[in-house]
Amino acid sequence: MPDLLLELFSEEIPARMQARAATDLKRLVTDALAEAVLPHESAGAFSTPRRLTLTVEGLPAASPALGEVRRGPRIDAPEKAIEGFLRGVGMAREQLEIRKEKKGSVYFATIQTPGRPAAEIIAEIVPKVIRGFPWPKSMRWGDGTLRWVRPLHRILCLLSAEDGTTPVRFNVDGIEASVETEGHRFMAPGAFSVTCFEDYQAKLKCARVILSAEERAFHIREDAQNLAFAAGLELVEDKGLLTEVAGLVEWPVVLMGKIGTDFLNLPPEVLQTSMKVHQKFFSVRNSKTGRIEHFITVANRETADQGATILGGNEKVLAARLSDAKFFWENDVRVAKAGMGDWLEALKAVTFERHLGSVADRISRIAMLAREIAPPVGAIPDAAEQAARIAQADLASEMVREFPELQGVMGRYYAQAAGFDIEVATVAEEHYQPLGPADDVPTAPLSVAVALAEKIDKLTGFWTIDEKPTGSKDPFALRRAALGVIRIVIEEGKRLSIAGLIEEHVRILAFSPNMVNRVFVKKCNSARDKMVLIGNLAPPINWDPEHTFIGSFAFDPCDPDTSFPLDENKGSFRTPREIVGDLLAFFHDRLKVHLRGEGIFHDVINSCLAMPQNDDLTLVVARARALAAFLSTEDGVNLVQGYKRAANILAQAEVQDGVEYRRDADVKFAETGEERALFAALATAEVSVTAHLQAVEREGNGAALQAHFAAAMTELAHLRGPIDAFFEAVQVNADSQVVRRNRLNLLHQIVNICGQVANLARLEGA
Amino acid sequence: MSQFVQPKSFQEVILRLQTYWAGQGCAILQPYDMEVGAGTFHPATTLRSLGPLPWSVAYVQPSRRPTDGRYGDNPNRLQHYYQYQVLIKPAPPDLQMLYLGSLEGIGIDVALHDIRFVEDDWESPTLGAWGLGWEVWCDGMEVSQFTYFQQVGGHDCKPVSGELTYGLERLAMYVLGVDHVMDMPFNDPAAPIPLLYGDVFRQTEQEYSRWNFDVADTNVLLKQFKEAEVACQAILEEPRQDPKTGARSVMAHPAYDQCIKASHIFNLLDARGVISVTERQAYIGRVRTLARLCADAFVQTRAGGWVAGQA
Repeated sequence: MPDLLLELFSEEIPARMQARAATDLKRLVTDALAEAVLPHESAGAFSTPRRLTLTVEGLPAASPALGEVRRGPRIDAPEKAIEGFLRGVGMAREQLEIRKEKKGSVYFATIQTPGRPAAEIIAEIVPKVIRGFPWPKSMRWGDGTLRWVRPLHRILCLLSAEDGTTPVRFNVDGIEASVETEGHRFMAPGAFSVTCFEDYQAKLKCARVILSAEERAFHIREDAQNLAFAAGLELVEDKGLLTEVAGLVEWPVVLMGKIGTDFLNLPPEVLQTSMKVHQKFFSVRNSKTGRIEHFITVANRETADQGATILGGNEKVLAARLSDAKFFWENDVRVAKAGMGDWLEALKAVTFERHLGSVADRISRIAMLAREIAPPVGAIPDAAEQAARIAQADLASEMVREFPELQGVMGRYYAQAAGFDIEVATVAEEHYQPLGPADDVPTAPLSVAVALAEKIDKLTGFWTIDEKPTGSKDPFALRRAALGVIRIVIEEGKRLSIAGLIEEHVRILAFSPNMVNRVFVKKCNSARDKMVLIGNLAPPINWDPEHTFIGSFAFDPCDPDTSFPLDENKGSFRTPREIVGDLLAFFHDRLKVHLRGEGIFHDVINSCLAMPQNDDLTLVVARARALAAFLSTEDGVNLVQGYKRAANILAQAEVQDGVEYRRDADVKFAETGEERALFAALATAEVSVTAHLQAVEREGNGAALQAHFAAAMTELAHLRGPIDAFFEAVQVNADSQVVRRNRLNLLHQIVNICGQVANLARLEGA
Repeated sequence: MSQFVQPKSFQEVILRLQTYWAGQGCAILQPYDMEVGAGTFHPATTLRSLGPLPWSVAYVQPSRRPTDGRYGDNPNRLQHYYQYQVLIKPAPPDLQMLYLGSLEGIGIDVALHDIRFVEDDWESPTLGAWGLGWEVWCDGMEVSQFTYFQQVGGHDCKPVSGELTYGLERLAMYVLGVDHVMDMPFNDPAAPIPLLYGDVFRQTEQEYSRWNFDVADTNVLLKQFKEAEVACQAILEEPRQDPKTGARSVMAHPAYDQCIKASHIFNLLDARGVISVTERQAYIGRVRTLARLCADAFVQTRAGGWVAGQA
């Protein structure tokens, strides 16, 4: 059973692309082998900065011969049909087989495809894989046409078995496949040949290349920890950086250096970010002082001076970098201590988005919104507004302009330097959270208020100017913002009417001076009438969210006398009410995706979204969780079936009769015990269900809400028996019209009481 | 180790690079006589990277980045500095090794240092150009940019040029072990009249920083930008046959001069802080349009691969 060894040797591959490329190489080659009927036992892929390597073990020496049987025409078929078949299978008539079938004798052809040597197949597969390789970014070089991530220099390709090594010969754009490779660029220059994977890996190691990225990462981590430990220090772990650095070296040599004493008082985040971003250094902490005092750099070679020159150079570069950072920090602290006024002023000149104004405009909108959100989330409005006004001041600081990833973190330091309480200062850092699906949501009420305001402002702003995410394009991370709002609200069980907040915010946005060319107009008398521009120069006194339009206009808003025809069907003209509805639907979509992760199906959520107050996400989620739990019980499933049955019969009768059965049914027309029992059960259920649902109105947080919904549903479950018995025993469409009407009204009562917990008609399959 | 004699001055680093690349067969050109932001703007790179004809040059290019002015105080930042530029078309297969040879040429013993090729893709929005390559690190310091040109002026580069750009001050400071650019010996410190970089450039950095940031007349600059833009397009709209000589003459280079001019004026306006974020994109787009027009014109010239009889 031969093994395949393939190596693609190139100039330096970007670290971030290596792991993915190795996986792709393995997948593409093994898929193609499988398709060519060359099954394998195992496969492994590796990457270094200069090579992608694939080993496939246990291949057959050749693909199997295949016989395909094809049915042809009957032997008495027209001559032309038989000739056509012969051409198709490439055979003479004598080679065909005749089989007797019911309707007569039929020609059959058995086409034999001989097996092919593995080497031959591989020599076809690999060039195709190389030419179609899915690099995120690829290039041409010299005067060739081949595309690769960087110039490709060598292809090593061989089959090894117990009886020796077979080179696999092919040529890709002038590169002849061979059994040779090269080792470390500096420490072991020159080519050497290999016989099999073990030989390859061993010779590479002699030539100062560790093939496996995991092995390199392991060495780096071990050596770094040991160096730190030996000096009484501890390594600050950074998995992402470790992976990246393992992709920058073939022969890692870990060196530890000292950070100059001048820089030790910089915030640890600044030291860490500056060292990581610019130099790819690990941070080393002194656990006694808690400060970052040393760094680890990973060189790609050994030197005669044990890395002294390299370390010296790195320390020097770091000192230059950190002097910049220190300069920024000291200037920033000076501005912060003076109250951060310079930054807030400077942010007036920084555009957030053309139509949404400057960052300063955005900050004041967030502050207004944070005031509104504060009471329901348990924060003090004045404090929320104050925190919001300074939460993004650091965007103008020199440090954040240099390291945008430190936004918020620096804001916290600077707010403290400016003398704000730690609660207010923390908002600067926490109001951006959650930064991703795995990130924690803020819990302090002040942070919650500003974090929600920050996200709702962003979403409402982009919705108002009609810049919504499409497909994979979401440049302003609006999906993340919406999910952030959802998670903050539901994880903390906050009760907010977000539609109301959004609608008010659309008004604020529409009045902002930057909405030039997206001004709003108010409808005059009749529809499709001429529209009078009111524009941002003369805001309408009677803001009417249903009859004010926001859209794109190509005319001079400074001329208030302009009147123009408006095509209301154009998508870009929307009323605030429509914008709110559209954004709310976006929240609902995100919520469905989020709850699907909890195992709650879309139809369950839909049946909850079809209820009133569907912009109160905590309420929606409590309802949906209770309903999902209810539907997982037998009672729940049966009750829903009973509900659907009642609703169907009722709907049919209403269509047929042209009336709606909405009156109270009267027990005096009940004819059977089952019917009377259902009356009694409904009366009991109505009282208790109503009591629980009224409690929902009063109760605050998510768990209690969910408990009330669950209780209401349990009460409904008691109806299951009586409903089933009723349908079992009673014919709704009785001969007596009085009895029939009464029973239909009774069905309406069932539908009605069930409909109070959720719109069960939206459930699928029940 | 005698091979690694350390250079003594800024100019010796330059001279050694010139000698090295001349030894590799490059034509050593002189700087372009206009204000540019980087060596790439030299028509020997921008225009000559287009078309099928082979090309191999190296040159020093004084470069200006008005926004980087720091009145001569900052140890590393200058509004006027030098780049060393190498452009070879097609890029030879051993360009990385040739490059490493140049580091040895200026006294960097690669056996003692850690040289790394770290991903850094190059893009010039103003030139409508991009390429893939690396920044080259020496012991953690970026000493060069290494790029395989893929597109310039909106045209695919066929064949592909290899471009090397050395930031000369930074590289020389590293090799000479100097911490502040103004303290770097410009000529041999043992010369009868030794000069430091600061002796040559401190005053000009001060003068230009003031002019760039506070004094340059923005109305004049705005006017000059428009003039250069109009001139560039007008030059290219001239008939392709010189009415005087009757010879074919597509004036790609004179037009490109106007493109360079517009680009530099834009940089000055940027330094004066009169260009908003949105306008910035619009200005870059206008310069890019000029660069594209010039590239379109250049490929219609002999140097750009145009052959008589072709449409």
